[in-house]
Amino acid sequence: MKNFLFTQPFFKKNGKAVAIYFLVAIIFWFVFLVIIPQFYMLDLSFRTNVPPLARGGPEDYYTFEHYSHFIFGSKTATDAFNFVDLGVFGRTIFVSMLVTIANLLFCYPIAFYIAKIANPSTARLLIVSLIIPFWINELLRSFALRILFANEGVINNFLTGIGILDQGILFITYDIGLYTGLIYAYILLMMFPLYNAIESLDINQIEAAKDLGSSSFRTHWRIVIPHAKPGIVSGCTMVFMLTVGALATPVVLSSPNTLWFPQLIYQWFNMNDNWSRGSAYSIILLIVSVIFVLTMMRIFKVRIGEIIK
Amino acid sequence: MSADVELSDVSVTFGSFYAAKNVNVKVNGGEFFSFLGPSGCGKTTLLRAISGFQEPSEGKVLIDNKDMSGIGPNKRPTALIFQNLALFPLMSVSENIAFSLEVRGVSKEERKKRADELLELIALEGQGEKKVHQLSGGQKQRVAIARALAVEPKVLLLDEPLSALDLKLRQRMRTELREIQKRVNITFIYITHDQGEALTMSDRIAVMNEGELEQIGKCDEVYNNPLTPFVATFVGENNPLYGKVTGIEGDKAQIETADGQYLAMMNDSKKLNIGDESIAFVRPESLFIPRDGDSFDNKIDVNIESFEFEGNLKNFYARLQSGAKIKFSVPNAIDTSSISSGSSIALGFDSSKSVILPKASLAID
Repeated sequence: MKNFLFTQPFFKKNGKAVAIYFLVAIIFWFVFLVIIPQFYMLDLSFRTNVPPLARGGPEDYYTFEHYSHFIFGSKTATDAFNFVDLGVFGRTIFVSMLVTIANLLFCYPIAFYIAKIANPSTARLLIVSLIIPFWINELLRSFALRILFANEGVINNFLTGIGILDQGILFITYDIGLYTGLIYAYILLMMFPLYNAIESLDINQIEAAKDLGSSSFRTHWRIVIPHAKPGIVSGCTMVFMLTVGALATPVVLSSPNTLWFPQLIYQWFNMNDNWSRGSAYSIILLIVSVIFVLTMMRIFKVRIGEIIK
Repeated sequence: MSADVELSDVSVTFGSFYAAKNVNVKVNGGEFFSFLGPSGCGKTTLLRAISGFQEPSEGKVLIDNKDMSGIGPNKRPTALIFQNLALFPLMSVSENIAFSLEVRGVSKEERKKRADELLELIALEGQGEKKVHQLSGGQKQRVAIARALAVEPKVLLLDEPLSALDLKLRQRMRTELREIQKRVNITFIYITHDQGEALTMSDRIAVMNEGELEQIGKCDEVYNNPLTPFVATFVGENNPLYGKVTGIEGDKAQIETADGQYLAMMNDSKKLNIGDESIAFVRPESLFIPRDGDSFDNKIDVNIESFEFEGNLKNFYARLQSGAKIKFSVPNAIDTSSISSGSSIALGFDSSKSVILPKASLAID
């Protein structure tokens, strides 16, 4: 067995020490950090919610009740469906989609400018100034936005102070603060894949298109965007997944009347002490987001391999 | 339809550096014109100025007598073929060729018809559906030409497009380019550092050095009658013989070197006076091993150092008494068994095959 292992090309190529490190690290990561917790959650999501002492007892059995609660609500409810939770879920997916699109629209021109127009020193400066704000923790950045957007916040005080407005705008109540915060939270994860993808495009391709009579818009549409497609999909996937699962930003910035789906999950786990239902909701979010992303990839004809490239 | 291209006092500066300096040249409609020069001489800058990617810092580019200032590359009647071709890898061959029509809103059927015509012109019928990466180097080359011709440009600009090909293909593409040019009858402006390419394809060439034009003329004129030591040594090979002018008779001048006196042709435009520092140039193929009955008005004694076999030619490297190096070439068919390394022989050359120019730096310095 030992000899068989050490004669594998992977071991020969990397040397024993490095190969064993890779193997152990990957196995640890995959088994302990991915497989075991996810399977534990999956298992939990199909069980009744019982106190730890009752585990294994007659009260602890497999059930679909948490999933059916998400769709139909509690058994005593009068509505046919659980409109509250479904609504939160639908809104989370929909807004995350808009946040992703907004991110793409913001980042594309900037990424193109840094990659193809700016001279190298300007480009470096721009990249650094994009990164530095992200040295500050996500929660603090959200609070900073809260200070800006509060009813008596910086923006409102300024606008009413100089007399443009009589009354402040309710940024938080209308979730404008939340949307801004979500767009800002993961913008770098859109910026860098886009930048990398555009950067790798040969400048002659752009000039050739121009020389052949193409307008700027059409050059982007036919040459730059198709080339950058893997980067676009990779950025969109990451931003969408992280936005759908965002917790800190919604906790700080959402209006008191609305919930973000991860807040709902958080409530099941921590406030209602119902880990099984929290797990079921997490699994639902995971599966629906993955299906959503795969569908988008199918529609835009991108393969997984291309994204990683 | 072809167009005249005129560069009138064109300079392009980058900071204080002159990439092109006071360039004046008029390319006639339907001509195959080449800019020849070493890398960094400013020839690509001139091409970009003609295509519209680079506005001249001074001077004007005129196409068909129209000032092109402020007109972008997408609005000029030129098409550029890039050094790396810049074919669009995500499009099919036909889509590549018809791209310029697509951006002009030409209908799909019309585009297909035109792409098929052009595919026929470049002998790639029926290969329009292929992806670019499925083509060979020479085929890509031809697709790039077809794509540029689809715009029906009046001027086609070519930026060393053959440099990536291997020798045989390069030689074949030279002939093909020339044939395509004759067939479509538009002005071709070609950029190259390869004098063989420039000489075989062009009607006229312009030799450039450090941003300035050294000489414009027909290929044989430039080769046989270079105006500067740079041109003499950049276009083809040349042996320099340094010395001073000691006599002038008619269109010939006598030069006194450390190894003896030689007679050489003077240029009309570059008059020499007695006592001027000058260089006489003689090409390797103009130096002969005299046989019975041959008479040359110049004789030169050399000591053979080494020999190299090129195929059609045999090249000999020798030294003069002063230590100066000299190269001469003999056609392979000629028997040279009597010559070996270390032997001393006398070579002859005709004054009509040698030029004398005022001293200046060479291309190989």
